[in-house]
Amino acid sequence: MLNSLFQSRQFGLLVLALIIIVLPFGLQNDFHYDIAIQMGLIAATVVGLNLLVGFAGQISLGHAAFFGVGAYMSAILTGTYGWSPIPVLLFAAVVVGIIAFVVGRPILRLKGHYLSMATLAVGFIIYIIINNERRITGGPDGISVPSLSIFGAELNVFNDYQILGMTLSGTFLWYVLAGVLLLLAVWIAQNIIDSPIGRALRSVHGSEVAARVVGVDTARFKSLVFVISAVYASIMGSFYAHYTGFITPQIASFEHSIVLITMVVLGGMASTLGVILGVVVLKLLPQVLADFQELEMMMFGLILMLTMIFMPKGLLPTLQGLARKYLRKKPEEGV
Amino acid sequence: MSKKIFRRAGFLAATLAAGIFATSVQASDPIKIGSFLSATGPASFLGDPELKTLEMYVEKINADGGVLGRQLQLIHYDDAGDASQARNFASRLVRNDRVDIIIGGSTTGTTMSAAPLIEQARTPFISLAGAIVITEPVKPWVFKTPQSDRMAAERVLGDMQSRGITKVGLISDTGGFGSSGRTQTLEVAANYGIEILADETYGPSDTDMTAQLTRIRNAGVEAVFNFGFGQGPALVTRNYAQLGIDLPFYQSHGVASDRFLELAGTAAEGLRLPASPLLVPDSLDDADPQKAVVQNYKAEYEARWNTQVSTFGAYAYDGLMLAVMAIEQAGSTDREAVRSALENIQGYVGVTGIYNLSPEDHMGLTADSFRILEVKDGQWNLID
Amino acid sequence: MLAEFLQYLFTGITIGATYALVALGFTLIYNASHVINFAQGEFLMIGGMATVSLMGMGLPMPIAIILAVILAGILGVALQRLAIAPARQASVVTLIIITIGASIFIRGVAQLVWGKEYHVMPSFGSDQPVRIGGAVMHSQSIWVLLIASILVVLLVLFFTRTLIGKAILATSMNKDAARLVGIRTQLVLMLAFMLSALIGSMAGIAVAPITFTSYDIGIMLGLKGFVAAAMGGLGSGVGAVVGGITLGIVEAMTAGYISSDYKDAVAFSMILLVLFFMPRGMFGSRVVERV
Repeated sequence: MLNSLFQSRQFGLLVLALIIIVLPFGLQNDFHYDIAIQMGLIAATVVGLNLLVGFAGQISLGHAAFFGVGAYMSAILTGTYGWSPIPVLLFAAVVVGIIAFVVGRPILRLKGHYLSMATLAVGFIIYIIINNERRITGGPDGISVPSLSIFGAELNVFNDYQILGMTLSGTFLWYVLAGVLLLLAVWIAQNIIDSPIGRALRSVHGSEVAARVVGVDTARFKSLVFVISAVYASIMGSFYAHYTGFITPQIASFEHSIVLITMVVLGGMASTLGVILGVVVLKLLPQVLADFQELEMMMFGLILMLTMIFMPKGLLPTLQGLARKYLRKKPEEGV
Repeated sequence: MSKKIFRRAGFLAATLAAGIFATSVQASDPIKIGSFLSATGPASFLGDPELKTLEMYVEKINADGGVLGRQLQLIHYDDAGDASQARNFASRLVRNDRVDIIIGGSTTGTTMSAAPLIEQARTPFISLAGAIVITEPVKPWVFKTPQSDRMAAERVLGDMQSRGITKVGLISDTGGFGSSGRTQTLEVAANYGIEILADETYGPSDTDMTAQLTRIRNAGVEAVFNFGFGQGPALVTRNYAQLGIDLPFYQSHGVASDRFLELAGTAAEGLRLPASPLLVPDSLDDADPQKAVVQNYKAEYEARWNTQVSTFGAYAYDGLMLAVMAIEQAGSTDREAVRSALENIQGYVGVTGIYNLSPEDHMGLTADSFRILEVKDGQWNLID
Repeated sequence: MLAEFLQYLFTGITIGATYALVALGFTLIYNASHVINFAQGEFLMIGGMATVSLMGMGLPMPIAIILAVILAGILGVALQRLAIAPARQASVVTLIIITIGASIFIRGVAQLVWGKEYHVMPSFGSDQPVRIGGAVMHSQSIWVLLIASILVVLLVLFFTRTLIGKAILATSMNKDAARLVGIRTQLVLMLAFMLSALIGSMAGIAVAPITFTSYDIGIMLGLKGFVAAAMGGLGSGVGAVVGGITLGIVEAMTAGYISSDYKDAVAFSMILLVLFFMPRGMFGSRVVERV
């Protein structure tokens, strides 16, 4: 049910765009930009994952592996074989899409948590392959990735660029790129949510049986969304690899998959802005907690646990609820 | 306020690029030593003693008046063994904290993912990780203190050769340390006339390796070499004894700590490994220049932390001492001066070995710095 | 040849028995709440680490073990009371994230209290390996198998012969109906957490002499246990036991005969095979969805 002004499509996108434009005034150095860029790329991944978790009610425990396949194909095909980054990125997305389809289609015919188990298995197999095939992937020590180039123009984080008479750092341009990618990701996701498919999906999250009774092929829709969310992960994985310049198998690990899911749930399932907030919080937390040294792990677990106990709907929806209560708003018009 | 924001907006990108934020340093400002280590997580075997060593010696140096009359300030972040965390913390160290030098990177993965950023920021970086790729080919700003894993492989294979062994079984963990060591061993084995007849692996958190060892034994080998660190090699050692294999058994420097002897117990009897002299400080020849340094470090570390000293902590000790020497020789914290002083350090007698760095060699140790030790009656014994 | 095969078989069964116990813990909680309890591995860790540290304080082994198991049981109850019960209105995914948070928290505390090092626990009996048909077994393996079998038998008796056990089963089948006939479902859930903590800690203590123990040992064992539970159909007790033993044997056989590099990959592809061809798991229960 989209009955809140806060969740209306244009409003959310506008808020996000505004934040992305205003944010640089608060960023004091390249380190801050660095974290912001990574947040943008991960947030776009998580927006895709949210389609699956928030709207199709399915859990993927292997999304980091899709992210990793995108990242590693970009690293290997551009680095070792000298392909051009953008075609590689698209090629990787197609490969990941096919993997997701082959796994998702039969599994999603079944009800229950089977997709989570299947993705766990696929994720681990991908991780093990990346970790073991040292000659191709560099093994556990990782592999370096060339910088991104678009139509022959290289975008290196460490270079400066003259654009329209201004000197812009590569980091700043990456910030712009990450911002644009995130807006694009959100825009596409919201279009999917508002499409007939999306409406069918929301019905699925409500009641699968009901959806089937009214003639919605839930399995097909769910596998479609699963493929889309996997493709999101792959594309962002490719960008992430080019941005950081060095990747290790950890980005494809089960732990990373768990982090991605946690971002969705912590921020607020089914709320696109919410999951982005989830990314921001989980990306900042290690930096904030870094000063606590030995206590870091304990505090991280405690914060995660308490947030979910007291805000079971996630950060943003809970805050929105509080805000609404506080403002004593009259009920919004339903959809 | 808003005026200021708009003014900043115009020049924002330019200022970021030019690094105008760099402030001039007062003589009394502390020297900032940045560090990111795997103090927790699966590589805490490495990071924990490294961090303890850095903390302890920064304190000690400060108590003795600091370096160039300035105090040292240690800024440390725990990357928990995660390479992308390491990269982010390195980013924070060079761009936000603006440290003068970085000592850190417990594993090859964390080191390599942080290195491009640190190189670009032109900050001297002393890594504490083993793999040969860190300093070969030479990166201008990257140094390291541990011997490379290739040297460990060479020492072990050399010792096997001297015992007339030609057929060897290799077992390694699939983590970064074991995987890199395995690759190096396979590459150099032929130089010693040694054939690797079996090449098995185990996951870093596996709990039983009898299947792999059975397979190795049945391959008709004359000796077995285990490359790995953490609890894995201790399990391999126990399984080895349990299966009753009585072929010569070698471990890598990854287990060079007294802790390993405790974990492996009597099963470790007779095994050999390459290690720094830290494990046998008292068996060193009195003429050995390292003897005093090694004894000192061991005594101070154990007194301060009430726990056994480990080889890995010594990497951090040598890293810190090299950094201090370089800053003293440079007479300032000017990064290029420190970098160039670092790569010209000759004859520094450290715990790990005697360092002779050069523009072509950013590690500065020879394979001889590894001593071959054997476990006898539950104690380390110096063989070579 | 036979000796080799037996060696792989024994290795597989020993580690498989541990996976089976962890999988049973997952199954108990999953049945009572549909929550995948990611803190399951921490119960194993608490069992092993508490025993070692209590022994370090000079307590005799049996006492240390009993206290450690009690501690884990309290922890299981606390987890349900303090973390799961207050969020009972939350979705299952949220509850799963809470258990992830709890596992990180417990690990963080354990690291503070007990440090990061690995610890040795002495075997229950002799240290001499046992030889059977040319294959060698750690003597502790016999203990692991014995304890696992006893626990499984006790569980079966508990669920078929006691009122509480039957109540748990009833709740897992239909929560609302169970509530209607007067079963307090929150109490049942608490019992499920306690039981799975008890089983988990005993498994953790039994294998500690073989595997060593440390604050983070629960991650891997927990994960493997989940894989075993998934192979068995996540919700079937028999499936959990068979899944665990199968997983252990497959790992050992793959490492012995095919490739140690890919032994875990083979185990994971078994999940896919089971899902593709036996979607209810090897022993999954039939679930009918109510409208």
